[in-house]
Amino acid sequence: MASIWEYANPLKFMRTSETILPFVAWGASICLVVGLIWGFFFTPDDFRQGSTVKIFYIHVPSAMMAINIWVMMLITSLVWIIRRHHVSALAARAAAPIGAVMTLIALYTGAVWGQPMWGTWWAWDPRLTSFLILFLFYLGYMALWAAIENDDTAADLTSVLCLVGSVFALLSRYAVNFWNQGLHQGASLSLDKQENVADVFWYPALVAIAGFVLLFVTLVIIRTNTEIRARRSRALLARERMS
Amino acid sequence: MMALLKRDMRLAVRAGGGFGLGLSFFLIVVVLIPFGVGPETGLLGRIAPGVLWVAALLACLLSLDRVFSLDFEDGSLDLLATSPLPLEGVVAIKAIAHWLTTGLPLVFAAPVFALLMSLPVNGYSALVVSLFLGTPALSVIGAFGAALTVGIKRGGLLLSLLVLPLYVPTLIFGAEVSRRGAEGQDYTTPLLMLAGVSFAALALLPFASAAVLRVNLR
Repeated sequence: MASIWEYANPLKFMRTSETILPFVAWGASICLVVGLIWGFFFTPDDFRQGSTVKIFYIHVPSAMMAINIWVMMLITSLVWIIRRHHVSALAARAAAPIGAVMTLIALYTGAVWGQPMWGTWWAWDPRLTSFLILFLFYLGYMALWAAIENDDTAADLTSVLCLVGSVFALLSRYAVNFWNQGLHQGASLSLDKQENVADVFWYPALVAIAGFVLLFVTLVIIRTNTEIRARRSRALLARERMS
Repeated sequence: MMALLKRDMRLAVRAGGGFGLGLSFFLIVVVLIPFGVGPETGLLGRIAPGVLWVAALLACLLSLDRVFSLDFEDGSLDLLATSPLPLEGVVAIKAIAHWLTTGLPLVFAAPVFALLMSLPVNGYSALVVSLFLGTPALSVIGAFGAALTVGIKRGGLLLSLLVLPLYVPTLIFGAEVSRRGAEGQDYTTPLLMLAGVSFAALALLPFASAAVLRVNLR
């Protein structure tokens, strides 16, 4: 009987999400506090880069979230197109500004780190450029949501934009690679243990990433529920005007 | 289909400057660049491929909102949607008509403007070939953007915000082809990529545009 599609019912979604909301929110705060304090104060400095490496605990999680939030929007958009569940479209809408902010955080922390290390705030490096393009995609997506008055039309159009945009974002990612060689280092975290950073940095980074994920879940739940309530109150007002 | 193509081209040419406007815009950008960066021939020649590509892209963008909006306002788009021709076909034809009236003139005019930008002589063929293969992608992607924003009053600015990020791959490969051509390097790889982007966009994007148009016509 337990199927994920039950949560297509807004009432059911709100009830469940509000039950788990305190746990997720507390989990996010604890993970962020522990992960960031651990990372900032209880890990050794890098022997060449000094304490600047510690921005890693914000930069890497936010960059991961920036990409994964777009993937989440892609999935929820597909669910909306295929199964027409309103909660799904609203969740995509709720996630977009968070994704844009995560992209900005990643770009900003990267610039702050790049200034002392690379000697420049900004370089037209493939990764940096792809992130800037991703940010533009987020902006366009949000602008399209804001521009259309009818909610269902807006959900349809933004979903298609998200699908097409994903293809082009991926294409841009590799086209940009072709266009310029990079300054940015390779992946610091991967499932392949050989390439990872040392364990002392790895564990606080994991906690910080968990904190960012939980923070995102918290914000999406709050924003989706707000949107559901706003729609409901609009419907009530419309009904009162009719009678 | 041919009738629709002819009608769209005739409208674009006769209805007040879709035809000349893009070209004039292209010319103005090319005239303004030397004022901005200085008239040294070497510098101009080095940035010419990129500047010409960006100018072509902007000129294409300028006329995009006319692809669907006029037909949307007077209702002929509804008639086209109910005609035996599938909406995907209508979209593709309109994109091709847009290319024939905007992109193709740019391709033919590009050598003249390249002269103004003092592009090295051996870069001409690469520039023309890259524009010829790349501008269809600009029209098709642009038609998708135009279909998205057709129901919005004054959607021009939003249209550019939506379409420009989608132009990134085309611009990268196109400018790379003409840059390599100007420097006398081999440009087969980016040219093949550019053609791939163009043809894939032409084959797949009309489906997305038609889906979006159906939503907007609902």
